[in-house]
Amino acid sequence: MSMIAIKNVSKWYGDFQVLTDCTTDVKKGEVVVVCGPSGSGKSTLIKTVNALEPFQKGEIFVDGVSVGDPKTDLPKLRARIGMVFQNFELFPHLSITENLTIAQQRVLGRSQDEAMQKGMHYLDRVGLKAQAGKFPGQLSGGQQQRVAIARALAMDPIAMLFDEPTSALDPEMVNEVLDVMVELAHEGMTMMCVTHEMGFARKVADRVIFMDRGAIVEDCEKEEFFGDIDARSERARHFLSKILQH
Amino acid sequence: MDFSQIIPSLPSLWDGMKLTLQLLALAVLGGIVLGTVLALARMSSNTVLSGLAKAYVNYFRSIPLLLVITWFYLAVPMILNWITGEFIAVGAFTSCLVAFVMFEAAYYCEIVRAGIQSISKGQLNAAYALGMNYGQAMRLIMLPQAFRKMTPLLLQQSIILFQDTSLVYAVGLIDFLNAARARGDIMGQSHEFLIFAGAVYFVISFGASTVVKRLQKRLAV
Repeated sequence: MSMIAIKNVSKWYGDFQVLTDCTTDVKKGEVVVVCGPSGSGKSTLIKTVNALEPFQKGEIFVDGVSVGDPKTDLPKLRARIGMVFQNFELFPHLSITENLTIAQQRVLGRSQDEAMQKGMHYLDRVGLKAQAGKFPGQLSGGQQQRVAIARALAMDPIAMLFDEPTSALDPEMVNEVLDVMVELAHEGMTMMCVTHEMGFARKVADRVIFMDRGAIVEDCEKEEFFGDIDARSERARHFLSKILQH
Repeated sequence: MDFSQIIPSLPSLWDGMKLTLQLLALAVLGGIVLGTVLALARMSSNTVLSGLAKAYVNYFRSIPLLLVITWFYLAVPMILNWITGEFIAVGAFTSCLVAFVMFEAAYYCEIVRAGIQSISKGQLNAAYALGMNYGQAMRLIMLPQAFRKMTPLLLQQSIILFQDTSLVYAVGLIDFLNAARARGDIMGQSHEFLIFAGAVYFVISFGASTVVKRLQKRLAV
Protein backbone atom coordinates (compact mmCIF):
# COMPACT_ATOMS: atom_id res chain seq x y z
CA MET A 1 0.00 0.00 0.00
CA SER A 2 1.49 3.31 -0.95
CA MET A 3 1.77 5.93 1.76
CA ILE A 4 2.98 8.70 -0.54
CA ALA A 5 1.90 8.56 -4.18
CA ILE A 6 3.26 11.21 -6.55
CA LYS A 7 1.63 11.14 -9.98
CA ASN A 8 2.83 13.17 -12.97
CA VAL A 9 3.67 16.25 -10.89
CA SER A 10 4.91 19.34 -12.72
CA LYS A 11 5.67 22.75 -11.28
CA TRP A 12 6.67 26.07 -12.75
CA TYR A 13 8.06 29.30 -11.32
CA GLY A 14 6.66 31.64 -13.94
CA ASP A 15 8.04 30.31 -17.21
CA PHE A 16 10.74 28.23 -15.56
CA GLN A 17 9.83 24.57 -15.08
CA VAL A 18 11.27 23.20 -11.83
CA LEU A 19 9.53 19.82 -11.79
CA THR A 20 8.76 17.82 -14.92
CA ASP A 21 6.24 15.00 -14.82
CA CYS A 22 7.52 13.38 -11.61
CA THR A 23 5.98 10.02 -10.72
CA THR A 24 6.96 7.77 -7.83
CA ASP A 25 5.57 6.31 -4.67
CA VAL A 26 6.68 5.42 -1.17
CA LYS A 27 5.09 2.37 0.39
CA LYS A 28 4.29 2.03 4.06
CA GLY A 29 7.48 1.28 5.97
CA GLU A 30 9.65 1.99 2.97
CA VAL A 31 12.76 4.20 3.05
CA VAL A 32 13.35 6.10 -0.17
CA VAL A 33 16.42 8.25 -0.73
CA VAL A 34 16.23 11.07 -3.26
CA CYS A 35 19.56 12.29 -4.62
CA GLY A 36 20.80 14.43 -7.46
CA PRO A 37 22.90 17.51 -8.21
CA SER A 38 21.92 20.81 -6.62
CA GLY A 39 19.15 22.57 -8.46
CA SER A 40 17.75 19.26 -9.66
CA GLY A 41 14.43 19.90 -7.89
CA LYS A 42 14.72 17.26 -5.16
CA SER A 43 14.02 19.68 -2.29
CA THR A 44 11.14 21.16 -4.24
CA LEU A 45 9.70 17.71 -4.87
CA ILE A 46 9.81 16.68 -1.21
CA LYS A 47 8.16 19.97 -0.21
CA THR A 48 5.25 19.35 -2.59
CA VAL A 49 4.41 16.24 -0.52
CA ASN A 50 3.19 18.34 2.43
CA ALA A 51 2.16 21.26 0.24
CA LEU A 52 4.86 23.67 1.40
CA GLU A 53 5.42 24.05 -2.34
CA PRO A 54 2.31 24.17 -4.52
CA PHE A 55 2.35 22.39 -7.88
CA GLN A 56 0.39 23.15 -11.02
CA LYS A 57 -0.02 19.72 -12.61
CA GLY A 58 -0.45 16.17 -11.41
CA GLU A 59 -1.59 14.66 -8.14
CA ILE A 60 -0.10 13.68 -4.81
CA PHE A 61 -1.79 11.41 -2.30
CA VAL A 62 -0.62 10.95 1.26
CA ASP A 63 -2.36 8.05 2.96
CA GLY A 64 -5.10 8.40 0.36
CA VAL A 65 -5.63 12.15 0.94
CA SER A 66 -5.14 14.40 -2.10
CA VAL A 67 -2.60 17.12 -1.32
CA GLY A 68 -3.50 19.33 -4.28
CA ASP A 69 -7.26 19.27 -3.69
CA PRO A 70 -8.34 22.75 -2.49
CA LYS A 71 -10.88 21.06 -0.22
CA THR A 72 -8.18 19.21 1.72
CA ASP A 73 -7.58 20.48 5.25
CA LEU A 74 -3.84 21.11 4.80
CA PRO A 75 -2.94 21.88 8.44
CA LYS A 76 -4.59 18.62 9.47
CA LEU A 77 -2.74 16.66 6.79
CA ARG A 78 0.61 18.32 7.57
CA ALA A 79 0.21 17.53 11.26
CA ARG A 80 0.37 13.83 10.29
CA ILE A 81 3.56 14.18 8.22
CA GLY A 82 6.83 14.89 9.99
CA MET A 83 9.37 17.10 8.30
CA VAL A 84 13.02 17.80 9.07
CA PHE A 85 14.71 20.77 7.39
CA GLN A 86 18.23 21.50 6.23
CA ASN A 87 18.53 24.44 8.64
CA PHE A 88 16.82 22.67 11.58
CA GLU A 89 14.25 25.46 11.99
CA LEU A 90 13.80 25.05 15.70
CA PHE A 91 11.93 28.03 17.09
CA PRO A 92 14.70 30.16 18.64
CA HIS A 93 12.41 32.08 21.02
CA LEU A 94 11.15 28.87 22.64
CA SER A 95 13.00 26.45 24.91
CA ILE A 96 13.71 22.90 23.73
CA THR A 97 10.78 21.68 25.83
CA GLU A 98 8.43 24.26 24.30
CA ASN A 99 9.69 23.42 20.81
CA LEU A 100 8.70 19.82 21.47
CA THR A 101 5.28 20.52 22.96
CA ILE A 102 3.86 23.62 21.25
CA ALA A 103 2.41 21.89 18.19
CA GLN A 104 1.26 18.87 20.18
CA GLN A 105 -0.78 21.18 22.39
CA ARG A 106 -1.93 23.81 19.91
CA VAL A 107 -2.44 21.58 16.86
CA LEU A 108 -3.29 18.15 18.28
CA GLY A 109 -4.97 19.52 21.40
CA ARG A 110 -2.97 17.34 23.78
CA SER A 111 -2.78 18.28 27.44
CA GLN A 112 0.43 19.78 28.71
CA ASP A 113 1.22 16.63 30.68
CA GLU A 114 0.72 14.36 27.72
CA ALA A 115 2.69 16.62 25.36
CA MET A 116 5.48 16.87 27.90
CA GLN A 117 5.63 13.13 28.41
CA LYS A 118 5.71 12.45 24.68
CA GLY A 119 8.25 15.21 24.02
CA MET A 120 10.59 13.98 26.74
CA HIS A 121 10.27 10.40 25.49
CA TYR A 122 11.54 11.37 22.05
CA LEU A 123 14.12 13.81 23.41
CA ASP A 124 15.49 10.92 25.43
CA ARG A 125 15.51 8.74 22.32
CA VAL A 126 17.71 11.19 20.46
CA GLY A 127 19.93 11.31 23.53
CA LEU A 128 19.32 14.91 24.58
CA LYS A 129 17.15 14.69 27.67
CA ALA A 130 19.68 16.74 29.63
CA GLN A 131 19.20 19.71 27.28
CA ALA A 132 15.43 20.07 27.85
CA GLY A 133 15.64 23.44 29.60
CA LYS A 134 17.99 25.08 27.11
CA PHE A 135 17.25 27.22 24.07
CA PRO A 136 18.08 26.18 20.49
CA GLY A 137 20.90 28.73 20.25
CA GLN A 138 22.72 26.96 23.08
CA LEU A 139 22.93 23.64 21.21
CA SER A 140 25.31 22.50 18.47
CA GLY A 141 23.98 22.00 14.94
CA GLY A 142 23.87 18.23 15.33
CA GLN A 143 21.99 18.53 18.61
CA GLN A 144 19.51 21.00 17.10
CA GLN A 145 18.80 18.64 14.23
CA ARG A 146 18.21 15.75 16.64
CA VAL A 147 15.77 17.93 18.59
CA ALA A 148 14.06 18.78 15.29
CA ILE A 149 13.66 15.06 14.59
CA ALA A 150 12.26 14.51 18.08
CA ARG A 151 9.86 17.43 17.57
CA ALA A 152 8.54 15.86 14.38
CA LEU A 153 8.27 12.38 15.94
CA ALA A 154 6.35 13.71 18.94
CA MET A 155 3.46 14.42 16.56
CA ASP A 156 3.18 10.65 15.86
CA PRO A 157 3.62 11.06 12.10
CA ILE A 158 2.58 8.43 9.57
CA ALA A 159 5.63 9.34 7.45
CA MET A 160 8.76 11.45 7.77
CA LEU A 161 10.23 13.79 5.16
CA PHE A 162 13.91 14.74 5.44
CA ASP A 163 15.13 17.66 3.35
CA GLU A 164 18.94 17.46 3.31
CA PRO A 165 19.07 16.97 7.08
CA THR A 166 22.87 16.82 7.27
CA SER A 167 23.89 19.36 4.61
CA ALA A 168 24.21 22.28 7.03
CA LEU A 169 26.17 20.32 9.62
CA ASP A 170 29.86 20.27 10.41
CA PRO A 171 31.30 16.90 9.30
CA GLU A 172 31.81 15.60 12.83
CA MET A 173 28.11 16.04 13.57
CA VAL A 174 26.73 14.27 10.53
CA ASN A 175 26.88 10.81 12.06
CA GLU A 176 24.96 11.59 15.24
CA VAL A 177 22.03 12.68 13.05
CA LEU A 178 22.37 9.77 10.61
CA ASP A 179 22.42 7.32 13.54
CA VAL A 180 19.03 8.59 14.67
CA MET A 181 17.70 8.28 11.12
CA VAL A 182 19.05 4.73 10.72
CA GLU A 183 17.41 3.69 13.96
CA LEU A 184 14.15 5.21 12.79
CA ALA A 185 14.38 3.34 9.48
CA HIS A 186 14.99 0.05 11.30
CA GLU A 187 11.85 0.63 13.34
CA GLY A 188 9.79 0.67 10.18
CA MET A 189 9.11 4.40 9.79
CA THR A 190 8.06 5.44 6.28
CA MET A 191 10.76 7.85 5.16
CA MET A 192 11.49 10.00 2.16
CA CYS A 193 14.97 11.51 2.45
CA VAL A 194 16.65 14.04 0.23
CA THR A 195 20.33 13.47 0.98
CA HIS A 196 23.77 13.09 -0.50
CA GLU A 197 24.77 10.59 2.18
CA MET A 198 25.23 7.52 0.02
CA GLY A 199 26.46 5.54 3.02
CA PHE A 200 23.05 6.10 4.62
CA ALA A 201 21.34 5.11 1.37
CA ARG A 202 23.35 1.88 1.17
CA LYS A 203 22.64 1.02 4.77
CA VAL A 204 18.89 1.57 5.05
CA ALA A 205 17.29 2.68 1.79
CA ASP A 206 14.88 0.37 0.02
CA ARG A 207 14.87 2.48 -3.11
CA VAL A 208 16.96 5.28 -4.55
CA ILE A 209 15.60 8.04 -6.77
CA PHE A 210 17.98 10.11 -8.85
CA MET A 211 16.76 13.49 -10.09
CA ASP A 212 18.24 15.88 -12.60
CA ARG A 213 16.85 19.11 -14.05
CA GLY A 214 13.49 18.66 -12.37
CA ALA A 215 12.85 15.13 -13.62
CA ILE A 216 13.13 11.71 -12.03
CA VAL A 217 15.85 10.00 -14.06
CA GLU A 218 16.31 6.83 -12.02
CA ASP A 219 13.95 5.14 -9.59
CA CYS A 220 15.08 1.67 -8.60
CA GLU A 221 15.87 -0.78 -5.81
CA LYS A 222 18.97 0.04 -3.80
CA GLU A 223 20.79 -3.14 -4.92
CA GLU A 224 20.09 -2.32 -8.50
CA PHE A 225 21.15 1.31 -8.09
CA PHE A 226 24.48 0.63 -6.43
CA GLY A 227 25.02 -2.85 -7.87
CA ASP A 228 25.77 -2.09 -11.45
CA ILE A 229 26.87 1.51 -11.83
CA ASP A 230 27.47 1.01 -15.54
CA ALA A 231 23.82 0.23 -16.12
CA ARG A 232 22.79 3.65 -14.79
CA SER A 233 21.98 6.59 -16.98
CA GLU A 234 24.89 8.79 -17.97
CA ARG A 235 23.79 11.66 -15.75
CA ALA A 236 23.46 9.40 -12.71
CA ARG A 237 26.88 7.87 -13.41
CA HIS A 238 28.36 11.32 -13.70
CA PHE A 239 26.77 12.37 -10.38
CA LEU A 240 27.81 9.18 -8.59
CA SER A 241 31.38 9.36 -9.87
CA LYS A 242 31.61 12.80 -8.34
CA ILE A 243 30.32 11.94 -4.89
CA LEU A 244 31.61 8.38 -4.57
CA GLN A 245 35.23 8.80 -5.63
CA HIS A 246 36.49 9.54 -2.11
CA MET B 1 15.07 85.27 33.79
CA ASP B 2 12.93 84.35 36.74
CA PHE B 3 12.09 80.67 37.26
CA SER B 4 10.53 81.28 40.68
CA GLN B 5 6.99 80.38 39.65
CA ILE B 6 7.82 76.97 38.23
CA ILE B 7 7.92 75.06 41.53
CA PRO B 8 4.49 76.29 42.68
CA SER B 9 3.14 75.43 39.21
CA LEU B 10 4.38 71.84 39.20
CA PRO B 11 1.01 70.28 40.16
CA SER B 12 -0.77 71.83 37.17
CA LEU B 13 2.16 71.02 34.87
CA TRP B 14 2.00 67.43 36.16
CA ASP B 15 -1.68 67.32 35.18
CA GLY B 16 -0.63 68.26 31.66
CA MET B 17 2.11 65.62 31.67
CA LYS B 18 -0.40 63.01 32.83
CA LEU B 19 -2.56 63.75 29.79
CA THR B 20 0.49 63.59 27.52
CA LEU B 21 1.57 60.21 28.91
CA GLN B 22 -1.95 58.81 28.84
CA LEU B 23 -2.39 59.82 25.23
CA LEU B 24 1.05 58.43 24.39
CA ALA B 25 0.47 55.05 26.05
CA LEU B 26 -2.93 54.51 24.45
CA ALA B 27 -1.76 55.74 21.04
CA VAL B 28 1.31 53.46 21.08
CA LEU B 29 -0.79 50.47 22.09
CA GLY B 30 -3.53 51.13 19.56
CA GLY B 31 -1.03 52.09 16.86
CA ILE B 32 0.96 48.87 17.24
CA VAL B 33 -2.17 46.70 17.21
CA LEU B 34 -3.61 48.42 14.13
CA GLY B 35 -0.14 48.57 12.56
CA THR B 36 0.28 44.80 12.99
CA VAL B 37 -3.10 44.14 11.39
CA LEU B 38 -2.13 46.44 8.51
CA ALA B 39 1.24 44.71 8.13
CA LEU B 40 -0.42 41.28 7.90
CA ALA B 41 -2.89 42.70 5.38
CA ARG B 42 -0.07 44.22 3.34
CA MET B 43 1.73 40.90 3.16
CA SER B 44 -1.45 38.99 2.34
CA SER B 45 -1.62 37.13 -0.96
CA ASN B 46 -5.06 38.67 -1.42
CA THR B 47 -4.25 41.57 -3.76
CA VAL B 48 -7.33 43.60 -2.82
CA LEU B 49 -6.47 43.42 0.86
CA SER B 50 -2.79 44.19 0.37
CA GLY B 51 -3.66 46.99 -2.05
CA LEU B 52 -5.99 48.61 0.47
CA ALA B 53 -3.41 48.36 3.25
CA LYS B 54 -0.74 49.79 1.00
CA ALA B 55 -2.97 52.71 -0.01
CA TYR B 56 -3.75 53.38 3.66
CA VAL B 57 -0.09 53.42 4.65
CA ASN B 58 0.98 55.58 1.72
CA TYR B 59 -1.86 58.01 2.36
CA PHE B 60 -1.23 58.56 6.05
CA ARG B 61 2.52 58.77 5.52
CA SER B 62 2.02 61.53 2.99
CA ILE B 63 -0.12 63.98 4.98
CA PRO B 64 0.82 66.13 7.99
CA LEU B 65 -0.10 64.86 11.45
CA LEU B 66 -1.53 68.26 12.40
CA LEU B 67 -3.98 67.94 9.51
CA VAL B 68 -5.12 64.52 10.72
CA ILE B 69 -5.63 65.82 14.26
CA THR B 70 -7.74 68.80 13.25
CA TRP B 71 -9.61 66.83 10.60
CA PHE B 72 -10.50 63.99 13.01
CA TYR B 73 -11.61 66.51 15.61
CA LEU B 74 -14.35 67.44 13.14
CA ALA B 75 -14.82 64.06 11.52
CA VAL B 76 -15.00 61.58 14.40
CA PRO B 77 -18.23 62.96 15.94
CA MET B 78 -19.75 63.15 12.46
CA ILE B 79 -18.86 59.56 11.59
CA LEU B 80 -20.19 58.29 14.92
CA ASN B 81 -23.36 60.27 14.30
CA TRP B 82 -23.63 58.58 10.93
CA ILE B 83 -23.18 55.09 12.31
CA THR B 84 -25.32 55.35 15.42
CA GLY B 85 -27.78 57.97 14.27
CA GLU B 86 -27.40 59.81 17.53
CA PHE B 87 -25.29 62.75 18.46
CA ILE B 88 -22.47 61.63 20.73
CA ALA B 89 -20.06 64.10 22.25
CA VAL B 90 -16.64 62.47 21.87
CA GLY B 91 -14.40 65.18 23.19
CA ALA B 92 -11.01 66.33 22.03
CA PHE B 93 -9.10 63.57 23.85
CA THR B 94 -10.86 60.71 22.09
CA SER B 95 -10.71 62.32 18.66
CA CYS B 96 -6.99 63.01 19.16
CA LEU B 97 -6.42 59.45 20.28
CA VAL B 98 -8.16 58.10 17.17
CA ALA B 99 -6.10 60.44 15.00
CA PHE B 100 -2.82 59.34 16.60
CA VAL B 101 -3.68 55.64 16.42
CA MET B 102 -4.64 55.84 12.75
CA PHE B 103 -1.66 58.01 11.82
CA GLU B 104 0.97 56.11 13.77
CA ALA B 105 -0.39 52.75 12.61
CA ALA B 106 0.92 53.59 9.13
CA TYR B 107 4.46 53.94 10.53
CA TYR B 108 4.21 50.97 12.90
CA CYS B 109 2.92 48.90 9.96
CA GLU B 110 6.16 49.38 8.04
CA ILE B 111 8.25 48.51 11.10
CA VAL B 112 6.24 45.37 11.81
CA ARG B 113 6.34 44.34 8.15
CA ALA B 114 10.12 44.68 8.03
CA GLY B 115 10.31 42.72 11.28
CA ILE B 116 8.24 39.82 9.98
CA GLN B 117 10.18 39.78 6.71
CA SER B 118 13.45 39.57 8.64
CA ILE B 119 12.39 36.17 10.04
CA SER B 120 13.41 33.41 7.61
CA LYS B 121 10.74 31.71 5.53
CA GLY B 122 12.02 28.41 6.93
CA GLN B 123 10.46 29.28 10.30
CA LEU B 124 7.07 29.72 8.67
CA ASN B 125 7.54 26.45 6.78
CA ALA B 126 8.46 24.65 10.01
CA ALA B 127 5.33 25.99 11.70
CA TYR B 128 3.18 24.91 8.75
CA ALA B 129 4.89 21.50 8.61
CA LEU B 130 3.85 20.94 12.24
CA GLY B 131 0.24 21.50 11.22
CA MET B 132 -0.20 25.07 12.38
CA ASN B 133 -2.61 27.26 10.44
CA TYR B 134 -1.77 30.80 9.34
CA GLY B 135 -3.03 32.40 12.55
CA GLN B 136 -1.12 30.04 14.82
CA ALA B 137 2.07 30.33 12.77
CA MET B 138 1.91 34.13 12.98
CA ARG B 139 0.85 34.38 16.62
CA LEU B 140 3.05 31.67 18.09
CA ILE B 141 6.11 31.66 15.85
CA MET B 142 6.57 34.69 13.58
CA LEU B 143 5.28 37.69 15.56
CA PRO B 144 7.03 36.89 18.87
CA GLN B 145 10.36 36.70 17.03
CA ALA B 146 9.60 39.75 14.89
CA PHE B 147 8.59 41.88 17.89
CA ARG B 148 11.78 40.97 19.69
CA LYS B 149 13.79 42.25 16.74
CA MET B 150 11.58 45.32 16.26
CA THR B 151 11.43 46.54 19.86
CA PRO B 152 14.14 49.23 19.46
CA LEU B 153 12.52 50.61 16.29
CA LEU B 154 9.05 50.58 17.82
CA LEU B 155 10.35 52.45 20.87
CA GLN B 156 12.21 54.96 18.70
CA GLN B 157 8.99 55.64 16.80
CA SER B 158 7.17 56.02 20.13
CA ILE B 159 9.69 58.65 21.28
CA ILE B 160 8.89 60.66 18.15
CA LEU B 161 5.21 60.21 18.97
CA PHE B 162 5.88 61.50 22.49
CA GLN B 163 7.08 64.78 21.00
CA ASP B 164 4.28 64.87 18.45
CA THR B 165 1.59 64.64 21.14
CA SER B 166 2.23 68.36 21.71
CA LEU B 167 0.30 69.01 18.48
CA VAL B 168 -2.95 68.47 20.39
CA TYR B 169 -2.75 72.16 21.37
CA ALA B 170 -4.45 72.71 17.98
CA VAL B 171 -7.73 71.37 19.34
CA GLY B 172 -7.34 72.88 22.79
CA LEU B 173 -6.27 69.85 24.83
CA ILE B 174 -4.15 70.76 27.86
CA ASP B 175 -1.15 68.50 27.47
CA PHE B 176 2.21 69.20 29.09
CA LEU B 177 3.32 71.82 26.57
CA ASN B 178 -0.01 73.57 26.54
CA ALA B 179 -0.11 73.56 30.35
CA ALA B 180 3.37 75.10 30.49
CA ARG B 181 2.46 77.70 27.88
CA ALA B 182 -0.81 78.70 29.60
CA ARG B 183 0.73 78.72 33.04
CA GLY B 184 3.66 80.83 31.83
CA ASP B 185 1.31 83.35 30.30
CA ILE B 186 -0.66 83.68 33.53
CA MET B 187 2.48 84.06 35.62
CA GLY B 188 4.09 86.45 33.18
CA GLN B 189 7.05 84.09 32.73
CA SER B 190 6.34 82.69 29.24
CA HIS B 191 10.01 82.31 28.30
CA GLU B 192 10.99 80.56 31.48
CA PHE B 193 8.10 78.11 31.33
CA LEU B 194 8.83 77.24 27.70
CA ILE B 195 12.52 76.75 28.48
CA PHE B 196 11.56 74.49 31.36
CA ALA B 197 9.14 72.53 29.16
CA GLY B 198 11.84 72.17 26.52
CA ALA B 199 14.25 70.83 29.12
CA VAL B 200 11.68 68.28 30.30
CA TYR B 201 10.98 67.07 26.73
CA PHE B 202 14.72 66.85 26.10
CA VAL B 203 15.51 64.87 29.24
CA ILE B 204 12.69 62.38 28.67
CA SER B 205 13.28 61.92 24.92
CA PHE B 206 17.06 61.82 25.10
CA GLY B 207 17.03 59.56 28.14
CA ALA B 208 14.61 57.13 26.51
CA SER B 209 16.60 57.24 23.29
CA THR B 210 19.80 56.34 25.15
CA VAL B 211 18.08 53.43 26.84
CA VAL B 212 16.79 52.23 23.46
CA LYS B 213 20.28 52.37 21.95
CA ARG B 214 21.63 50.28 24.79
CA LEU B 215 18.76 47.82 24.36
CA GLN B 216 19.50 47.66 20.64
CA LYS B 217 23.09 46.66 21.33
CA ARG B 218 22.02 44.00 23.79
CA LEU B 219 19.37 42.54 21.47
CA ALA B 220 21.79 42.56 18.55
CA VAL B 221 24.16 40.08 20.21
